[in-house]
Amino acid sequence: MQDSLLIKLAVVILFLPLIGFIVTVFFGKSVKKVYVFENLVLIASFILASILLYGKLNYYIDTDLFSEFEWINLGEVPLLGLISIKLGLMLDNVAAIMIWTVMLISLVVHIFSIDYMKGDIRYNHYFAYLGLFTFSMSGIVLTHNILMMYIFWELVGLSSYLLIGFWFEKKSASDAAKKAFIVNRIGDIGMFIGILLLFITYQTFSFDSIFIQLADGKLPFNSEFWLTATGLLIFCGAIGKSAQFPLHVWLPDAMEGPTPVSALIHAATMVAAGVYLVVRVFGMLTGDALLIIAVFGALSALIPATIALTQNDIKKVLAYSTVSQLGYMIMALGVGAYTFAFFHLITHAFFKACLFLGSGSVIHNMHHEQDITRMGGLRKKMPLTYAAFLISSLAISGVPLTSGFLSKDGILAGTYAFASLTGHWLFPLVGFFVAMLTAFYMFRLIILTFHGEPYDKEKYEHAHESKFAMAMPLVVLSILSIFFWYTPNPIDPGEGWVLSKWIKTPEIFTPVETRYDFMKPDENAAVDHSSAVVYSSSYTEAMHNAHYPAMFLSLIVAGLGILLAFLFYQWKRIDPDKLANKFKPLYNLSYNKWYFDEIYDATFVAGTLMLSKFLGWFDLKVIDGIVDGSAAVTKGFSKFSGMFDNIVVDGLVNFIAILSGFVGLIFRKMQTGKVQTYIVMVIFGLVILLFLFKSF
Amino acid sequence: MENNYLIPYLLLAPFIGGVLVLFINKNKENLIRYFGLAVSLIVFIISLIIYFDFDNADGGFQFLYRFSWIENLNISFYVGVDGLSLLLVLLTTFLTPLTLLSSWSSIDKKVKEFTFFMLMLELGMLGVFVSLDMFLFYIFWEAMLIPMYFIIGIWGGKQRIYASIKFFIYTMFGSLLMLVAIIWLAVYASSSLGYFTTDLVELYKVGPTVPKTIQNYMFLAFAFSFAIKVPLFPLHTWLPDAHVEAPTAGSVILAGVLLKMGTYGLLRFCLPLFPQSSISFAPAISVLAVIGIIYGALVAMVQKDMKKLVAYSSVAHLGFVVLGIFAMNLEAVQGAVIQMINHGLSTGALFILVGVIYERTHTREISEYGGIAKIVPIYAFALLFASLSSVGLPGLNGFIGEFLILLGSFKSTVLNNIWFTVFAASGVIFAAVYLLWMYQRVAFGEVKNPMMNELKDMTKREMLVLLPIFVFIVWIGIYPSTFLKVSEKTVRNILEQVETPHKAELK
Repeated sequence: MQDSLLIKLAVVILFLPLIGFIVTVFFGKSVKKVYVFENLVLIASFILASILLYGKLNYYIDTDLFSEFEWINLGEVPLLGLISIKLGLMLDNVAAIMIWTVMLISLVVHIFSIDYMKGDIRYNHYFAYLGLFTFSMSGIVLTHNILMMYIFWELVGLSSYLLIGFWFEKKSASDAAKKAFIVNRIGDIGMFIGILLLFITYQTFSFDSIFIQLADGKLPFNSEFWLTATGLLIFCGAIGKSAQFPLHVWLPDAMEGPTPVSALIHAATMVAAGVYLVVRVFGMLTGDALLIIAVFGALSALIPATIALTQNDIKKVLAYSTVSQLGYMIMALGVGAYTFAFFHLITHAFFKACLFLGSGSVIHNMHHEQDITRMGGLRKKMPLTYAAFLISSLAISGVPLTSGFLSKDGILAGTYAFASLTGHWLFPLVGFFVAMLTAFYMFRLIILTFHGEPYDKEKYEHAHESKFAMAMPLVVLSILSIFFWYTPNPIDPGEGWVLSKWIKTPEIFTPVETRYDFMKPDENAAVDHSSAVVYSSSYTEAMHNAHYPAMFLSLIVAGLGILLAFLFYQWKRIDPDKLANKFKPLYNLSYNKWYFDEIYDATFVAGTLMLSKFLGWFDLKVIDGIVDGSAAVTKGFSKFSGMFDNIVVDGLVNFIAILSGFVGLIFRKMQTGKVQTYIVMVIFGLVILLFLFKSF
Repeated sequence: MENNYLIPYLLLAPFIGGVLVLFINKNKENLIRYFGLAVSLIVFIISLIIYFDFDNADGGFQFLYRFSWIENLNISFYVGVDGLSLLLVLLTTFLTPLTLLSSWSSIDKKVKEFTFFMLMLELGMLGVFVSLDMFLFYIFWEAMLIPMYFIIGIWGGKQRIYASIKFFIYTMFGSLLMLVAIIWLAVYASSSLGYFTTDLVELYKVGPTVPKTIQNYMFLAFAFSFAIKVPLFPLHTWLPDAHVEAPTAGSVILAGVLLKMGTYGLLRFCLPLFPQSSISFAPAISVLAVIGIIYGALVAMVQKDMKKLVAYSSVAHLGFVVLGIFAMNLEAVQGAVIQMINHGLSTGALFILVGVIYERTHTREISEYGGIAKIVPIYAFALLFASLSSVGLPGLNGFIGEFLILLGSFKSTVLNNIWFTVFAASGVIFAAVYLLWMYQRVAFGEVKNPMMNELKDMTKREMLVLLPIFVFIVWIGIYPSTFLKVSEKTVRNILEQVETPHKAELK
């Protein structure tokens, strides 16, 4: 009885924000205070999500709850049996933790926005869109099947589109909104085809039934290659939504949206949906697929981190850092460090939301100044924002006692263990290098913004700390970035409840021979495809061995990064400009974001446009030309036959008429009316006749 | 067999209404408008009665009515509906009152003639969908061109004469080939059945027995005529011209219903009458359909005229429908049927919206607009909603159709090639590109054109026109089963008719 209660609660949580959206959007014009309703709805959703999480973790920690209903019934199909498309919800620990995180961040962003967006002409609509987003995101989190996930996936894309383009008067904002939607769609097509492949193979969209059948050895087109391909196609969706290389270009542009939106959608929740997707389908990814995923993750961690080094827009730095951190998570999944990937997803959500809201607080109080080289010294004016920003930066840099240290260290240890088992040492190398870059650019950001002397005295004088509604979210989120929420032991996350109880190592359902070696069950273990323990003991051992080396290394690189940042910007021992001049090409590459936008513009965008223009011309001139041409030919032919008719046919008729007229003219002469003439003629004729007959 | 009079009533209502309009004083324009609207609503109610009496479990023709017409040739006035035609009848009767309402103020000259032609057009379209006699079908098919010709030619834009003649001759050209094939088939039937007949149900039995080569010619004759109507690439160029020149009501009906007559014809005639040929031509036609999807989208992208853009988007959408039809399995054909309805709704809505703004500004050039979301927020919302429905956003109708079609074509044994699906799916990206780009240029940005500052937002009447369409857009998107189950049994029957001779041949 009670489990059905819990899943019903999940249904309520899913639909509450939708109600908030509908009410707010329709009364947005007429009722000025309708945004209060949207905020109340979110508070209710958050409370319910908390109850849900509590209930799940206390009473059903090892049981997953389901509910489903039939959506489309195509009926009995020959050879295939009953085809019915079911939608439904699944509540496992991952979903429960995730929905709570989404609701919490959505709530604090709502509250933060009350002040931040004050005075906007579309104030109510802003909150309505936040409600739509929260609804769509909950759908992704709570669904038990991949089709419904795709549906909400696209809805999330829509709310993202609306919010990025919220200030649509600005061309850059509407451009960014469109770009986000289209780039996401490119990834989604791959995901969609992957979903079709799954459905054709398994006749279902539900993760669970797919896994069960996969464990029984059913593969797409009966081939392991196609299983890998299906996994990678679905991963395409994650590349788009989580802004992974090479589709990461939309996320920095998405910063055109209001800053709280960046915190909610483009840092903490929506962009994490891609990672969440990979978490969901993890059990069907083959070793080959995982390795490729890890490569994409590593590239996405590395490239944006190098770009973040030289950016001056506070939000752009954070955006590139988001891509980089998401790359970490994807790489972690690729190397099999599933639990740490999800753990990092949660910790990152809190500290990155805090960083974005902190930057929002700065931007708001600096009158929409976003250039960090034009800030400075704000520490004194905004101590609370500074403190929150500092804690979150320590977390993202992986400094001990923070949540980020726990999860990031886990990921680094995961890559280290993976490398020690498989020999792919590039992954830990990238991981540690990026950790250093992260610490560096985050502290560069902090020093330039909060330390030193103010750049613009006047703006500085007017700056002040944010009011309660904007300060409170910062406090909540920065407190959540401290270790004790997750584990009692600040250096070993493994001892914490999150990793030892809540997030379990996933089950793997792929055929044993397609897995990584360390994911194959131990020889002595009972061979049972659907058993829960799937990693071999060698992995546990490698993980154990990796723990301390990885931790020391990560401490060193983080410290090094922070130290360098201080040397460059605080103590000014090294002149960054000189260094930039020395390595001009490298600096330019980073500053210009590796020219991704330029390259895409010159190839795909320009190419499509050119092709379209050509086809537009082709359609008008060639295809329609043929139609008009054949009309012209017909017309010409008609004209010709008209002429023919006029001259030849009618001419003939006329000729005959003229001829007979002419003959008549001659013969008329004979018709004189004089009887004498006629008699002469008759006699004349008779003589001729007689003469003729005689000769026979 | 008992005659059922519902369908004759359905056809008589617009006919009598149209004739009665002629007796109203032409200066009483509002009376004419209300009368036309009332008639079309009565027709809609009759179609609803048919819908509620319709038995979904029976896939065959229902509400049959037969009246012997030309007895020597066994030609009769024979009508009835099955799940497929019922949905299209409903679409027609649903859209007609809305188009009349949308033309309330935009048509201000010759209101009487306009209302008359609209009702006659409705009669023609309904006739096409309910005819069960090929001769009767052909008459409606051709007759329906006449009111459309006048609607474009009289109330159209600058190039209306060119467009209307092009439309008329192009479609007529295709139909003549079909007429030849109809006669040939009926003659062939007289040798196998022993009597001449144009009864569709009887010809269903004869068609598959026609020798393959001849069947191919007849299939092509039919398919050519339908492909022009659809329109299938490369026979589509009459469409943009006709759309751009037609008044809003004409465009809505043209896109909403007329194009569906082509796809309806493919499903009703080509597939069951010539199953062997349909299967052998399926890959070739699907190639054209997929080209149409991508080509239409790319060409739409560079259009400067809003209406032309929407017109080319129709080429892409109908490409999906044709692909679904020739994938020949339940999912795909059901998807194609629902996509026919979807296209009627979303493209209809887009044309109405273009009409709404054109009425105010007298321009359809995209570059003239910009920033109107700020000035006319309700309009901007409606335009976004209709665009997203056309883009195929999940939760709205377009997604269901595309999803089922792609699912079906992916596993189709007739096409047996996943690249059709892969390329068609990429068309979905381009749909987002051209519609969102158009939307951005129209609604977003700063207001550049000072004329736009005085724009008035949608009136209650205009909202009333769009609201029912939007309700169905959401309804189909969230719960398509309501509509899918109407056509399911019929689609099964059609597919069975295609498969049976094919299987026999394989054995």
